[in-house]
Amino acid sequence: MTELAEINGSLSAIGYGLAAIGPGVGVGMVFAAYIKSSARQPASAKMNLPYLFLGMALIEALALFGLAMGFAYT
Amino acid sequence: MTARPALESTTLASEFPPGLKDFNFKVLWEFQLLGINFEITKLTVLLWVSVLALVVFFSLAVRNQKMVPGRLQFAGESAYGFVRDGMAKPMMGEEGVRFAPYLTTLFCFIIVSNWWAIIPVVQIPTTAKISLPVVLALISYVLFNWVGIRKHGVKKYFGGIFWPAGAPWWILWLLTPIEIISTLIARPVTLAVRLFANMFAGHMLLLVFTFGGVALLNSDNFVNKTFSIFSFGMAIVMTIFEFMVQIIQAYVFTILTASYLQGALAEEH
Repeated sequence: MTELAEINGSLSAIGYGLAAIGPGVGVGMVFAAYIKSSARQPASAKMNLPYLFLGMALIEALALFGLAMGFAYT
Repeated sequence: MTARPALESTTLASEFPPGLKDFNFKVLWEFQLLGINFEITKLTVLLWVSVLALVVFFSLAVRNQKMVPGRLQFAGESAYGFVRDGMAKPMMGEEGVRFAPYLTTLFCFIIVSNWWAIIPVVQIPTTAKISLPVVLALISYVLFNWVGIRKHGVKKYFGGIFWPAGAPWWILWLLTPIEIISTLIARPVTLAVRLFANMFAGHMLLLVFTFGGVALLNSDNFVNKTFSIFSFGMAIVMTIFEFMVQIIQAYVFTILTASYLQGALAEEH
């Protein structure tokens, strides 16, 4: 089999970079939705704050798993 | 690019790519109890100090309470009030007041543990080792399951997990495994890993910029020496950023515990 590409350096760093794409988009969407909703309905800003952090934390966990795995498999 | 800077010349700069080794501390005291090896390191001492600080703070805050609170009483009351009115009540309603003391303790303990990361001289969060977040997550895990079982009974509580209310029977083969994994396995694991990984990554980030700055400063190249200023500057900026992350993580851990408690208490979950 011929080699098409070769990777030097830490494979974990590349893996973490890939793992961060999805959560990055997700966290962006959570904050965008929060800003949109509180711009339309400023009174709801305080009410939605716990849910903002809840959503952010749940999505962010995926990226952090990637980080933890990167160190676990070095 | 022929003469590479001698990174190994000094002890600090040779540590430049920081790694897991920077989280292992010198054993200060070692003893055996019931056949288990106990090693007291800097992190253990910090853990004791944070527990002691919280105990002292709250005992002084509740001692000698007045109608018009003094400074200390005000600080203690606002910490409790913030958790009760900002997390327990919005998530669980009036029922949540019952859990406000636990949530306040959790919040304050996590925030103090995290703050060790940016307190000068100390600069290592006790939560950057997985063991502490695991214990905290296990306490929350046992608590919300116990509360759910106490309220609904074993059959109804686990029945609610295995057969989510309102789901048609033909989807259960897919829904039940997902529910079991998400409620009974993923919840404690993510609680622990989230806190640990955030603090671990934060500490690593600070190490990268400080060690990187030292490595640049020690290099022979004049341009590299100049750029070390930016590296140290980034370390300061990241310290401020970490301060924010630490508070958010303590908040998130507490509010997730509150939300799991709410799920266990809800009539249909």
